[in-house]
Amino acid sequence: MNKDFLSHIDKRNSFFWVSSIVILFTLIIILLSEAYGLNLVSTSFTKVLGKTLCLCIVALAMDLVWGYCGILSLGHFAFFGLGGYMIGMWLMFERTKNIVVESTQNNVLPLTETEISEAVGTQIFGVVGGAEIPLIWSFADSLLIHIVLILLVPGVLAYIFGWLAFRSRVTGVYLSILTQAMTLALSLYLFQNDSGLRGNNGLSGLQNIPNLDDFSQAELSIWFLILSALTLIFTYYICNLIVNSKLGNIITGLRDNETRVRFLGYKVESYKLFIFVITAIISGVAGALYYPQAGIINPAELAPIASIYLAVWVAIGGRGYLYGALIGAAFVSLASSYFTGGQIPNINFGIFTLKWVDWWVVILGLSFVITTLYAPKGIGGLIERIFRRS
Amino acid sequence: MSVLLEVNGISVSFDGFKAINNLSFSISNRELRAIIGPNGAGKTTFMDIVTGKTKPDEGTVLWGEKNLSLLRMSEAQIVEAGISRKFQKPTLIETQTVFENLLLSLKKSRNPLSTLFYKLSKADEKEINIIANEVNLTGSLNVLAGQLSHGQKQWLEIGMLLAQKPDLLLIDEPAAGMTAPERKKTVELLKRLSQNQSVIVVEHDMEFVKSLECRVTVLHDGGVIAEGSLDYVSQNDKVIDVYLGR
Repeated sequence: MNKDFLSHIDKRNSFFWVSSIVILFTLIIILLSEAYGLNLVSTSFTKVLGKTLCLCIVALAMDLVWGYCGILSLGHFAFFGLGGYMIGMWLMFERTKNIVVESTQNNVLPLTETEISEAVGTQIFGVVGGAEIPLIWSFADSLLIHIVLILLVPGVLAYIFGWLAFRSRVTGVYLSILTQAMTLALSLYLFQNDSGLRGNNGLSGLQNIPNLDDFSQAELSIWFLILSALTLIFTYYICNLIVNSKLGNIITGLRDNETRVRFLGYKVESYKLFIFVITAIISGVAGALYYPQAGIINPAELAPIASIYLAVWVAIGGRGYLYGALIGAAFVSLASSYFTGGQIPNINFGIFTLKWVDWWVVILGLSFVITTLYAPKGIGGLIERIFRRS
Repeated sequence: MSVLLEVNGISVSFDGFKAINNLSFSISNRELRAIIGPNGAGKTTFMDIVTGKTKPDEGTVLWGEKNLSLLRMSEAQIVEAGISRKFQKPTLIETQTVFENLLLSLKKSRNPLSTLFYKLSKADEKEINIIANEVNLTGSLNVLAGQLSHGQKQWLEIGMLLAQKPDLLLIDEPAAGMTAPERKKTVELLKRLSQNQSVIVVEHDMEFVKSLECRVTVLHDGGVIAEGSLDYVSQNDKVIDVYLGR
């Protein structure tokens, strides 16, 4: 009888299919790309696809924390943004430094460290009326340290926040409001000019990768597409491992009956914290891959609305289905950029013009309502029903 | 027989209402004990205090040979110390199978990382089968817990307690929703369990309590009013007044 139990788990093992599809998709795009293929897919569209893969990664994190663990976090896009800021600092600092050094190459005297640092400071912080490099940029010329920070900053913030919130046994909608408050506070703080991260200007020029000036954006876009795809597959593997382990049983158990899990002797707070921190780190990594493709990050990206969109993607895709989260994030974000990108012409009805940019939000809202009412398990639930029948 | 759990002079009040009033109680190793009393007597609150769900305003709760104070421990630590609880309303993970419910209950490391890398061993599988057999759920291992009948749910929850290998089982209204043959089996099961563990059963059904053939503690207004064999407490005037009726 235990074979049944194991095959039950096998049925849920979608890793093979998802990784195959992602690899196939990436290969096709490379074949059609401007840099390495038939030049049928533009560089800008390659970037859109690469960014979509990153959004899929953060959707996986959201599904794990909300769909499986039952914590409706409205803060995971803040962790995503923090990851972006951490890589952005290095990208911007290093590139500015290179430009400063290059432009003074023909000087008789080579620049001193102080001179370089002052010139870089003026270049980066001139827009917020400063020339000094803030303390938090101390390690900005070390890629290695900033890669560590991509993991550490979202992870530590999630740990501190989660420790305080879960220990006080805040649950449900109150917890969601707390996470949203955290997101709002972070976003507002970053808007300050003296936050040390250039206020509302954010960090820009991130698409230019230091020391890789010899390569075109077309080539870089493909590299980032591959890197995003591999990270997505790796993340899927980790999430799949978690949800199909005993740990997965415990977190879905505490989602469905927290009291029982607590009185089986599990420290519910530790489990929530574990999942919250892991998903925050995943989100940070996704952000660090996203923003070099987007080219710019500013505090508006971290606003609570972004995290709400994330929840909508996962709800439409299907909570509690990892592949559902991917489908939701990919389709909704692609559709969103299609409708709001001004690519489809407005429809003129004479008395009233249908502007897709405005009406997209209505369409998204309606599809959210329809999913909630008629397919509460989202697209993932529909797919499962089809497969069960056959 | 040495004392396993000793509750001394505990009181707790909610918004001025004294749910437990200077209650003292103790149970020995491998003892089966029934607690009876009218609604609002404080039976469930008593269990809440022992399992760490509610903290009393005063009094002490001492556990085991080392006389550890349970009041300073979290719910999870109390379970680890050896006290397991069945709730009045069957409390299971209804979205998971009987097998998975039992698997989560097994006495294993409760650390997140070790649960992530846990592999189902033959020994654990065998243990789950033995427990399932004990609570008559062998045929339902792959059924979702939510689809069981009320009586089966009660049994599964008892099975989940067994899997934790506790020294003391707190069992709140096990007979509710059970048919007569199921009750009989439950009585046998509880008696058998008390050969190796201490068991406290809270029950309303006097027939059921009688068939347990154990010492009975009667609670009323948050305190103990009588203790002894069922025949003895049934003759107590106060018990007759507040609970049994004349």
